Amino acid sequence: MHRDKGKLLMIFFIFSETFFFIALIIAYVYYRNFSDATDTVAKHLDAFRAGIFTLFLIASSFTLLFSKKALLKKKYTNFKLWMALTILFGLVFMLGQVTEYIGLYQKQITLEKDIFGSSFFTLTGFHGLHVILGIIALGILFAMSFGKLKKVAFSGINGVDIYWHFVDIVWLFVFYFVYITPLL
Amino acid sequence: MSLFINIPEDKEPLPSLKTGRGKLLWIASTDHKQLGIMYLWLALFFFVIGGLEAMAIRAQLAFPDNDLISPELYNQIFTMHGTTMIFLVLMPAMVGLATYLIPLMIGANEMAFPRLNAFSLWMTCLGGMLLYFSFFAGGAPNAGWFNYAPLSENNYSSTNGVDYFLVGLILTGIGSIGAGLNFITTILTLRSPDIKLNMLPLFVWMMLVNAFLMLAAFPLLNAGLFMMLIDRQFDAHFFIPSTGGSAILWQHFFWAFGHPEVYILALPAFGIISEVIPVFSRKPIYGYKFVASSSVAIGLLSYSVWAHHMFSVGLSNAVNGFFAISSMLIGIPTGLKVINWVGTMHKGSISLSIPMLFAIAFLVDFTFGGLSGISFAIVPIDWQLTDTYYLVAHLHYVFLGGSLFGIFAGIYYWFPKISGRMLSPKLGKWHFWLFVLGFNLTFFLQHILGILGMPRRIYTYPDLPYWKVLNIFSSIGAIFMFIGMAIFFWNIYKTLKKPRTAVANPWDAWTLEWSTPSPPELKNFDEIPQVHSRRPLWDLNNPDNPDKKLN
Repeated sequence: MHRDKGKLLMIFFIFSETFFFIALIIAYVYYRNFSDATDTVAKHLDAFRAGIFTLFLIASSFTLLFSKKALLKKKYTNFKLWMALTILFGLVFMLGQVTEYIGLYQKQITLEKDIFGSSFFTLTGFHGLHVILGIIALGILFAMSFGKLKKVAFSGINGVDIYWHFVDIVWLFVFYFVYITPLL
Repeated sequence: MSLFINIPEDKEPLPSLKTGRGKLLWIASTDHKQLGIMYLWLALFFFVIGGLEAMAIRAQLAFPDNDLISPELYNQIFTMHGTTMIFLVLMPAMVGLATYLIPLMIGANEMAFPRLNAFSLWMTCLGGMLLYFSFFAGGAPNAGWFNYAPLSENNYSSTNGVDYFLVGLILTGIGSIGAGLNFITTILTLRSPDIKLNMLPLFVWMMLVNAFLMLAAFPLLNAGLFMMLIDRQFDAHFFIPSTGGSAILWQHFFWAFGHPEVYILALPAFGIISEVIPVFSRKPIYGYKFVASSSVAIGLLSYSVWAHHMFSVGLSNAVNGFFAISSMLIGIPTGLKVINWVGTMHKGSISLSIPMLFAIAFLVDFTFGGLSGISFAIVPIDWQLTDTYYLVAHLHYVFLGGSLFGIFAGIYYWFPKISGRMLSPKLGKWHFWLFVLGFNLTFFLQHILGILGMPRRIYTYPDLPYWKVLNIFSSIGAIFMFIGMAIFFWNIYKTLKKPRTAVANPWDAWTLEWSTPSPPELKNFDEIPQVHSRRPLWDLNNPDNPDKKLN
């Protein structure tokens, strides 16, 4: 049997991760909809601004698709270009999140302020950590493409791309529940 | 194009600890057999600690108004006893047996991800060490193994014990997820090409279902643990009702993990029993497909029963009703499995070896624990009996009478394969009778204590009618178990001193692991064995009467 066990591993890993994020999202939704308190964080969030950074993250999923295609066709220059763009978009997204955090902290909205501060920073923070981990993984693939380890990059990208798309999809749910539903 | 490089393993025995580099070769090992053995030693080590904690509990409770142990220390001891036994004994023992056996049973030479395998072991080990380091860092966790908020929050647990509990369990949880990932990928990709899914040994089947349960259950626990850690370390408010948080949410997270965890610890035991009973009844398992598919049903249902741990919280009647019905429902596939095992024994030529004795004790005591579990699914009975010793009795019937007896059966059964030596059946009989009788004495009486109203988690009790006599007999049963375990350890120690004399297939069993020498060399299989049915070694030994060909 010559199945790609690395790809399989990543599929089951994100299956497991899904439950982790479901728990964090449930906490946020539970506090907003099933407790007496009113959401103190939502009114300070800029959904439009976050939406623009969301577009960067979505775009990074597509650039990653292109870079994988280029790699499979052994067009290494294209691979490097698309991969660099993917990493750049990921970094732009993180920049958006960091500046958003700084803005909120300047408005005294912090992790220990109240329950909504706690769940907002925990949920988006854990997602951010996953994005950073993804950027590191993509960075390793990118760095390897300059050396002689191209063969490893082949097997690596099969898992890393699933992970990156997963991080992207999780963000869409976070964006919907944290930024969009308060507007509805 | 192959993307993975197979590192060839040598045809040589596992490294000996006595040689110069032996210890390093074990610590740095990625071999599934070595890692499996280290998992089992880890479980055994923590079993000694958790067992001594249990003995301390029974010593304190033997007499009314006893002041052997202070209330503060008592809280720490029962918390650590429960946490240790579940996360550091039963889990590593099950995972260890599976790590050792899955590749051997499916004709593979390694797990799919050997380094991940080592990572999982050492994460579990590190988690256990951190948990116990709490004793040196101001006090062990003392809020019970399910660590209910807000008792476990800063205001009520001011030592660092709960922090060590949280970090320790996060690490063991990561280890368990790693092990689960490895089991699934190994079973799906590294099977001998002959073996179809409906030919897998039932132990492997159970571990496959189990691995999915682990992947889905532990992230829920870890999310809750992280939130509580953020509560305690960074002053967040997740589970603190006085500042807007929700204590019930912790209970939901914990039990949405906790109830699947019960099945995570039960399914491997089902698997072991499904290997042991056919071999010692000299018959193939009765209803292979049912045993395999009903575990899938159990796996799915186990996610819809968690709130039966929370009937006394005050959820709505509709919620209580739903979880009462689903809890009774899950009893059906579990109960029918018992019929499969009894059906296998029916008209078989049963030999009462030690593994078989433990398997029979499993059948009796696990069924009993299941029945007291059904009684808890009835909401008014739960309201009456929850947090009494009836509950303590029930959960010990499930975890000892179920999981632990299964592990004992597995250890006696596979010990000749793992170490090349047979455990002494004479000492094994002493272990069996002392432990099983002691167990039933200790915990059967606790049902009555619970009905009489004795609450759990109290460090002492007044001299009420019958409480004294029931408690002293309960503690005497614990002494029986203690002696039984001492004999078990003595048996292992004596056996490991003897030379390796076990033959490849001492029980005349049928699954692939018995086609390798005892113990197997570093490389499991020189060539992939031919498999055409569920009992490859039966076909090999009975060429004129083989099982039905399945591929």
